[in-house]
Amino acid sequence: MRETKWWAWHMIAGIVIFVLLGLHMLITHFDDILGWFNVLGPSHAIEWENVVARAQNIFFAVTYVILLIAALFHGFYGARTIICEMNIGVGARKFVDVLFWLVGLALLIVGTWAAIASMAIKG
Amino acid sequence: MAEGKHYPNKLGIAGWAFRGRWGVDRYLYTLHRITGLGLLLYFLIHIIVTTSRAYGPEAWGQWMDTFAHSWIGYGEYLVFLAFAFHAFNGVRLVILELFGGVGKPIEPIYPYKTSLNTQRPLMVLIILVIVVVVLVGSYDFFVHTKPLFQ
Repeated sequence: MRETKWWAWHMIAGIVIFVLLGLHMLITHFDDILGWFNVLGPSHAIEWENVVARAQNIFFAVTYVILLIAALFHGFYGARTIICEMNIGVGARKFVDVLFWLVGLALLIVGTWAAIASMAIKG
Repeated sequence: MAEGKHYPNKLGIAGWAFRGRWGVDRYLYTLHRITGLGLLLYFLIHIIVTTSRAYGPEAWGQWMDTFAHSWIGYGEYLVFLAFAFHAFNGVRLVILELFGGVGKPIEPIYPYKTSLNTQRPLMVLIILVIVVVVLVGSYDFFVHTKPLFQ
């Protein structure tokens, strides 16, 4: 039942991503219409001032890390599902597992560091 | 992958192309996988690129200028399309799997109830939602001025 547990986490992560990435998309791609969390006003979602204003907000710092964890797991588990369905051997599956865990954890460390470090930036 | 009885996947990736004995939902399955892999690729790059904000405005600006003046920048719209599809089709899958969209097995007594009666309207509804989200997003992308498309 080990795989069932991971699959359940895959779906739970999907729901978390829907909420947090949905907000992320509303901020960055519906910026002209909504202008949420963009101190410079519409059409400047990825300008430095807006980026740094969000990065220094504790809400975004925390939710970025939650989104990072959920999306890395969801993405790599999804890719692993696709790969494992292609009739690969046990050895290849083990290799994919180790590779995805290592790359995923490395990116988690990098992304978490960025979220913490960018809170200290002087706007 | 669950251990135990193993059924070989005879079609492999060719099984993505034609729905065979499955319903039209099979094409959503194919699109869900393609968009999922695309979003994962973007996400890995996105983590590295957005990490540059920790190094200050110059580092950030350099990356953003690079994308704004490159064909890669236009890929942003593809990422948005992939997101719109994958997110709302994912909602459909969660409804089916966790919130009773498939329904419990029951005796086949006439008039037959089939989960297709709920799944097919749900599929149509979800496609309509995706279309609306894509239209609103496209309006934001192309109609309003955006540095990327100037």
